[in-house]
Amino acid sequence: MSDIRSTTENGSRETESLGHVVPLRVLLAVWFALVLLSLATVGAVRVDLGSLNLWIALAIAFVKATLVGLYFMHLRYDQPFHAIALVGSLLFVVLFVGLALLDTTHYQHEMIPGYAPAVRP
Amino acid sequence: MRRLENGAAHEIPHHFATPRQAYESGKLGMWIFLATEVLLFGGLFAAYAVYRGNHPEIFIYAHRFLDSRLGALNTLILITSSLTMAWAVRSAQLGNRRLLTLLLALTLLGGCAFLGVKVVEYEHKWKHGLLWGKRYRPHPAETAQEHPSAAEVLREAPLGDRTNIPPAAIGPSGLAFSADETRAGHADAEEPRNVQLFFGVYFAMTGLHGLHVVAGLLVIGWVFVRLRGGAYGPSNFEAVDRAGLYWHLVDLIWIFLFPLLYLIH
Repeated sequence: MSDIRSTTENGSRETESLGHVVPLRVLLAVWFALVLLSLATVGAVRVDLGSLNLWIALAIAFVKATLVGLYFMHLRYDQPFHAIALVGSLLFVVLFVGLALLDTTHYQHEMIPGYAPAVRP
Repeated sequence: MRRLENGAAHEIPHHFATPRQAYESGKLGMWIFLATEVLLFGGLFAAYAVYRGNHPEIFIYAHRFLDSRLGALNTLILITSSLTMAWAVRSAQLGNRRLLTLLLALTLLGGCAFLGVKVVEYEHKWKHGLLWGKRYRPHPAETAQEHPSAAEVLREAPLGDRTNIPPAAIGPSGLAFSADETRAGHADAEEPRNVQLFFGVYFAMTGLHGLHVVAGLLVIGWVFVRLRGGAYGPSNFEAVDRAGLYWHLVDLIWIFLFPLLYLIH
């Protein structure tokens, strides 16, 4: 609120640049890092690490997404509220997926025709 | 209505006090929209997680029918078009119209190239009957020829053992089939059952993402067409900025889709 008021009072600030201009060097560096991480994720799948493979792939994807968000989408220079909107929506997705996974294997048998309950002779 | 320095007439709606307030409000609205997009895809990611959690063997088997080289190529294309888009926003902010035109054209080209690769992939699956639900009718001989790795994964280890749904216990009597009966005709070297689940998830996720690519191309194309009238300048680049945010979100989603669909171990 105070920011808006001070801007109206001070007419000269109106013409100042809107938003932050990301330096070209930063954009190119982020692109280079994204390409490297993409190659890393392709390479990582060739190594057998059991169930860790999925988590490594997701971690790399998460780092890539963070880079895109922070620099390409200006989140690093923006009001924090934009980041809160994005992270908030991601938290709800994690909650949704996490809760769905909690009990999903427990009643799948009921959906398989001919699947008998365990009967002891 | 205010006339700003750079010569381009820039009208802001009367209910905004300053151009900055108008800019920030629009951007906030865009971010709220992007959050709803994340939730939209969240439903599909949940479906993916549940199916894969229950039937890992289907995913291990079926992803071999996707060409991870084409997936990687599309990843590079989309990342690069994200760079050109971010760069385009920068040149709009700096008022470099010629560079802005070039970079927006490159972004459009990248989006079209992505869709072109996707068409090649979809066509291949269509030809081989690798589709969703009842339309999953693979042509085993051809498919095995073109995808030796899919047959290989079956030879390495019986995938039936990888499922998280254990076979039913054998009851002494009753109407239920015994586990041996239900597995009859499914020798270990054959493909796991319900492979169509993977292709349903694959087409739903990449299809919705593809629609977003088309929408992004339309928005960027609209921005591109308006360039001619000299619509954008250092104080008036909102449309370029918003189109860019949308395009980056499309990139973000692909960043997760690529390893989850193409690179399953």
